[in-house]
Amino acid sequence: MALLEIRNLHARVGGNEILRGVDLTVDAGEVHAIMGPNGSGKSTLAHVLAGRPGYEVTDGQVLFRGQDLLAMTPEMRAREGVFLAFQYPVEIPGVSNVYFLKNALNAVRKHRGLPELDAFDFLSLVKERAKLVEIDEELVKRPVNEGFSGGEKKRNEIFQMAILDPTLAILDETDSGLDIDALRIVASGVNSLRTPERAMIVVTHYQRLLNYIVPDFLHVLVEGRIVREGGKELALELEEKGYAWLEKEPPAKAGAAALTAG
Amino acid sequence: MSSDPRALFETSVPYKAGFVTDIESEAVPPGLNEGIVRLISEKKNEPEWLLEWRLKAFRQWLTMTEPTWQNVHYPPIDYQSIVYYSAPKSRKDGPKSLDEIDPKLLETYEKLGIPLREREKLAGVAVDAVFDSVSVATTFREKLAEVGVIFCSFSEAVQNHPDLVKKYLGSVVPYTDNFFATLNSAVFSDGSFVYVPKGVRCPMELSTYFRINAEKTGQFERTLIVADEGAYVSYLEGCTAPMRDENQLHAAVVELVALDDAEIKYSTVQNWYPGDEQGRGGIFNFVTKRGKCLGRRSKISWTQVETGSAITWKYPSCILQGDDSVGEFYSVAVTNNYQQADTGTKMIHIGKNTKSTIVSKGISAGHGQNTYRGQVKILGKADNSRNYSQCDSLLIGDKCGAHTFPVIEVLNSTAQMEHEASTSKIGEDQIFYFQQRGISPEEAVNMIVSGFCKVVFKELPMEFAVEAQKLLGVSLEGSVG
Repeated sequence: MALLEIRNLHARVGGNEILRGVDLTVDAGEVHAIMGPNGSGKSTLAHVLAGRPGYEVTDGQVLFRGQDLLAMTPEMRAREGVFLAFQYPVEIPGVSNVYFLKNALNAVRKHRGLPELDAFDFLSLVKERAKLVEIDEELVKRPVNEGFSGGEKKRNEIFQMAILDPTLAILDETDSGLDIDALRIVASGVNSLRTPERAMIVVTHYQRLLNYIVPDFLHVLVEGRIVREGGKELALELEEKGYAWLEKEPPAKAGAAALTAG
Repeated sequence: MSSDPRALFETSVPYKAGFVTDIESEAVPPGLNEGIVRLISEKKNEPEWLLEWRLKAFRQWLTMTEPTWQNVHYPPIDYQSIVYYSAPKSRKDGPKSLDEIDPKLLETYEKLGIPLREREKLAGVAVDAVFDSVSVATTFREKLAEVGVIFCSFSEAVQNHPDLVKKYLGSVVPYTDNFFATLNSAVFSDGSFVYVPKGVRCPMELSTYFRINAEKTGQFERTLIVADEGAYVSYLEGCTAPMRDENQLHAAVVELVALDDAEIKYSTVQNWYPGDEQGRGGIFNFVTKRGKCLGRRSKISWTQVETGSAITWKYPSCILQGDDSVGEFYSVAVTNNYQQADTGTKMIHIGKNTKSTIVSKGISAGHGQNTYRGQVKILGKADNSRNYSQCDSLLIGDKCGAHTFPVIEVLNSTAQMEHEASTSKIGEDQIFYFQQRGISPEEAVNMIVSGFCKVVFKELPMEFAVEAQKLLGVSLEGSVG
């Protein structure tokens, strides 16, 4: 059984059809990159999987470990192991990062039948994982994302992922707004979290990130459909030619056939 | 389905203190006239001077009109349909000990979690319980008497300590003060009285628990606290009422007096019945609370957590008369469903080097309307006075409102004033962020709200802070948006 199976997914946002039949299968341990031009539906796909209100699924099915993911509340999806690293993490004034994460982790642990961590154990976990993404422990004590720079916010997302230990991590444009040093730190954090049990979907507009997080599979999303699939070398081709040459392509199955033929 | 936070607007949580105690009570007929004022005074066997004071207040009240400046809207109150006195029937002289109290009453307070039985010594709080119009029990009285602290019902104070009552009654809130305070002065039925003698630090928290039970009854209690030179007292006040379809009027007066080097800390957790989700019923809470820092280096600190009532109208204030005196006001006011609150404070700086702090946190949800109204006045002789005001509003959903009317009046050029204000909204994107990390929308709101209120809760005595936090959670349940 695949970890994640997306079948013919159609979704609307504010009355506009954004996803028009997405098929994608992700197995444990794999890293999938999803690329595509602006407005192609990459972020929509990430949000639909996480269950964001306002994203209406009109057709199709998503199975997560064989269960109907779309029938679950967003918090239940999170507890089941779906993690979304946001492109624009919101600020939560008055709630410290540490308090927020402790509640989150314990909600997840409770759901998985694990004992809740006390403050002492939790803080040693924080210390250990903070090193992974080189996040300043001072940031951990501050209110969630409040006054954080763009890079600090993204690092905080990966830090949260490291704490919550998800089964499926979806990284939504984690590279946007990062300078090269921050990008390297974030990417090395992500890489250290690659395990045989965990799958990742890396959504990005630029090929640059994939130099650091090397995917097993790459999918190109155009106008709400996957039009091209391949390995990491496809990213280089995209870098060279841009997306325009794909925009007239038929859907992926034909495209993949063409690739094989070529 | 709770995955859509907006759906939670429609759910609601029952008011937990909404039960009615079936107890025989003795009440005067509804309506207000001189005869009723005399009857109340007579029932309480009051001295002539107090009756005269009440009658002066009543005559004054007849010439006054209800204020209209506040930012709350309600149907006109029919003052002739209110019952101005209702008391649980008990033996004439009142209970001498808890054993003489109707078990049903004790049960009521048990249900509310109020430790009237002193066996719960661990609670370490002395309680005066006011049921409808009368005080039914005051606990730990003897222990307090050992150190000279007087803690009793107002009626008892009139009988046993008339000189103190006469000296301070109306000295902070005169009977002419305002429409509701004047009404209270005419018809007040009971309340608490505290006197802490010179140099005594009151050994435990004192607390009054107010409960409105009878139908169509108003509650008009009067509390007077005097801290003599160098004394300290911390006083807590809690309130609940049964759920009823009609509105009930609560018009209380609280007067605090702090002499030289004295300190009074007054904390309130107000949870009167707020009305239902459609805004039916609920308590109209028109309260006048004021403290006078009469002595030098005296301090009065108000902390309030206002979660109940259909209408809240109260401005716990400080008159900083003594040089170097300090006034504080910490407030959390919550309005959910159709609740309306117009609350804040007045800090009147008269003495030199006087200092005041105002921290107000307003939370609006549902169709709730929350108004902060504050006045800071530095008079001509108040050299080197300082005020710091912080006034924050938090909105949950898009049908509620937050309003602020801060007034600062400075007549002395050496004054230092600081004012900060903010308005924020709990957005759907914030709630979703919590959900995406495994936290339910209800818990998310709780976490955001307690973070928002943290600085105020810190001012509450420990057990009260826990209680207040829980209450806040309950008050806001079903308000996520």
